[in-house]
Amino acid sequence: MAQRPTAGRVTSAKIVIAGGFGVGKTTLVGSVSEITPLTTEAIMTSAGVGVDDTRQVPGKSTTTVAMDFGRISIDRDLILYLFGTPGQTRFWFMWDELVRGAIGAVVLVDTRRLADCFAAIDFFEHRRLPYLVAINRFDGMQYHDPQDVREALAITQDVPVISCDARNRESTKQVLISLVEYVLTMRRQRAVAPA
Amino acid sequence: MMAERDEPTGALVRPYAVTRGRTRPRLEIAIEALIETTVRGRSAGSLKGGHVREHQHIAALCDGRLQSLAEIAARMQLPLGVTRVLIADMAADGLVAVYEPTSLEDAPDAVGTELLERVLSGLRRL
Repeated sequence: MAQRPTAGRVTSAKIVIAGGFGVGKTTLVGSVSEITPLTTEAIMTSAGVGVDDTRQVPGKSTTTVAMDFGRISIDRDLILYLFGTPGQTRFWFMWDELVRGAIGAVVLVDTRRLADCFAAIDFFEHRRLPYLVAINRFDGMQYHDPQDVREALAITQDVPVISCDARNRESTKQVLISLVEYVLTMRRQRAVAPA
Repeated sequence: MMAERDEPTGALVRPYAVTRGRTRPRLEIAIEALIETTVRGRSAGSLKGGHVREHQHIAALCDGRLQSLAEIAARMQLPLGVTRVLIADMAADGLVAVYEPTSLEDAPDAVGTELLERVLSGLRRL
């Protein structure tokens, strides 16, 4: 499929923001978004049967799932969207759509509830979507060494683990910059690796 | 035990009533795809057919400003799937242009790298 360079044509890209419930995903999106984060809803209908297994939700034939997202105009014809993942991991049908074609993902973690992000990490590794781990520093919270978090999450050395303040625009910017730099580095390494 | 709002059918039937029950769009549109009203779509007074109100609303939302499928759905308070069907109809009638995202999965390496570099310098300028 021939695809022209992105410059000069209108297009968009997205980054996925994952993490457990209440970890600060919407706060992070809102700190850098040019619009107040919006919420969009998807309904899993019978059309979704076979995509997701509804038997795991007994007595329910439909599910509504809400996602918060924000927007950053990179320039006039390129817009970057930040999509927060639905908190509940049973909404995999929506995660599939969210990660399709994405630049990568930020896994936001609260070190008091580290296990909340396990499912997201599993999902991104399975889908081979590049991700980094951002430790959200909550007020007055004890500083955790990124290396300890890396070990607790059992992730490889190449995955960046950084610390951030999701409320702070500069800090969030730095998280997104780190992710894109990481994805670029990975692509360059892949390009020079012998076929 | 089950709360009333969890009753399965009611919430399903109503949203898709907007599209007269059609759940499959004529065109697959990504959640972050950008929509812009065309010159033809701008003359909303001439719109005909079953969904004039929704089409006019979408045409007004995307007139002169790019909006993603997700934004249109959120601003119209309609589910994503319903909004996708409406926009696909409008695109088929030439009322809106749909700009597909650059997918890092499908794009050739050079295109993907160029996109990443543009995003990176854009983020640094913020």
